[in-house]
Amino acid sequence: MTVREVAVEAYREALPALGASLVGGLLAGLVLGGMRADLRAVEGLLVLVPALLATRGNVYGSLGARLATGLHQGLIEPHVRTGDRRLRAAAAAALANGIVASLFAATAAFTILSTLGAPVASLGRLLGIATVAGLLSGITLVAVVVTVVFAGYRRGYNPDTLVGPLVTTTGDVFGVLFLLIAVRFVAFVLGGV
Amino acid sequence: MTTAWTVRAITRASLPVLLLLTLVEIGSGLVLGRFESILLRYPSLLVLVPVTIGTAGNLGSVLAARLSTAFHLGTLSFAPDDETLAGNAIATVALAASIFPLVGLGAWGLSALTGSTALSPWTVLAVSLTSGLSLAVLAVVVTVAATYAAYRFELDPDDVVIPVVTNTCDVLGVVLLYLSVLLFVPV
Repeated sequence: MTVREVAVEAYREALPALGASLVGGLLAGLVLGGMRADLRAVEGLLVLVPALLATRGNVYGSLGARLATGLHQGLIEPHVRTGDRRLRAAAAAALANGIVASLFAATAAFTILSTLGAPVASLGRLLGIATVAGLLSGITLVAVVVTVVFAGYRRGYNPDTLVGPLVTTTGDVFGVLFLLIAVRFVAFVLGGV
Repeated sequence: MTTAWTVRAITRASLPVLLLLTLVEIGSGLVLGRFESILLRYPSLLVLVPVTIGTAGNLGSVLAARLSTAFHLGTLSFAPDDETLAGNAIATVALAASIFPLVGLGAWGLSALTGSTALSPWTVLAVSLTSGLSLAVLAVVVTVAATYAAYRFELDPDDVVIPVVTNTCDVLGVVLLYLSVLLFVPV
C-alpha cells in the first residue's frame, strides 16, 4: 500500500469513533460548564476530573475488551444470566477496581494539594464524592457495556470495534453527570455548598 | 498469558497499572487547577476540557491500535520512509484537523445556547485548533516511541502501548489546552 492509501484507510476507519467521542465529550462539557458553582465550592474537585473520567475509560474499556475476548474464545455466552460465574466475576472486579481507583484519586489529589498549600475541600467530602460517583457510573457502565457488547455480538458486529467508542462516549457523559449528582448528594448529607 | 476470570486474578493483573495511570491523570488535573480561575470565568473553555481530553486520548489509542496490529503482522519497520508509519501519522494529523474545529465551535455554540459567552467564537476556535494540531503531532511521536519501546523490550504492544498512549495523550491534551489558552485568551 502507498502512504496515501494507508492514510485514507486509517482516516476512514477512525472517523466514526472520533465523531462519537466528540458528541459525548461536548455533552460532558455542557454538564461540566453547568457545574461552575460546585467547582468553586468544592476546592480540588477540578483536579479530580481527569482522573475520574480516565478511570471510567481504563476500567470499563478493559471490561469490554475482556468480554469481547471471552466471546471470541467461547468462554462466555452472549446472554445475561445471573448465574454466569465468569461474567459476574468480570463485572464485580471492574466495579471494585473502579471504586478503588476513584478513592485513590481523591486521596492523592487531597494529599498533593494540601502539601502544596493549595486550598482543598475536606478529605471526607472528596472521598464521599468519589465513592458515590464511582458507584453510580460503575453500575451504569457495567450495564451499558455488557448489554451493547452482547447485543452487538449476537447481531454479528465485532465487539472489539464497539467497545472503544462506546466506553469513551458513555463514560464521559455518565462520568460527569454522576459527578454532579455525587457533589450535590454529599453536600446534602455533609452540609455546605 | 491470559488472566483467569476471577475477581482476584483480574484485580491483580489490572489494579497496579490502573493506580499508576490514575496518578498520571492527577498530574493533568493539577495543570487544570493552575488555570481554574480562567476556566471558571469563561464557560466555553470549561466545556472544551472533557472533549479535548476525550479526543486526545482517542487519537492516540486509534493510532496505537493500528501500529500494534501492523507490528503483530510484521508489516511495520521503524524507518521514517515506512508506508504504514507515514500513512498513519498523516491520518492522525488529518483527523485532528477535521475534528478540532468542530470541538471549538461546538463548545462555543453550546455555551452560547445555555448562557453567556465572553469570548468570541474565533478565540475558542483558535484555542481548540492550536491545541488539537500540536497534540496530533505529539501523539504521533509518543505512540511511535511507545511502540518502539515495546518492541525493544519484547512486550506485547496491545497490553502496554494503548493504556500508556491514551493516558499520556490525556495529559498532553490538558497541557496544550493550557498553553493555547495562555496564547489566545486575555487574562
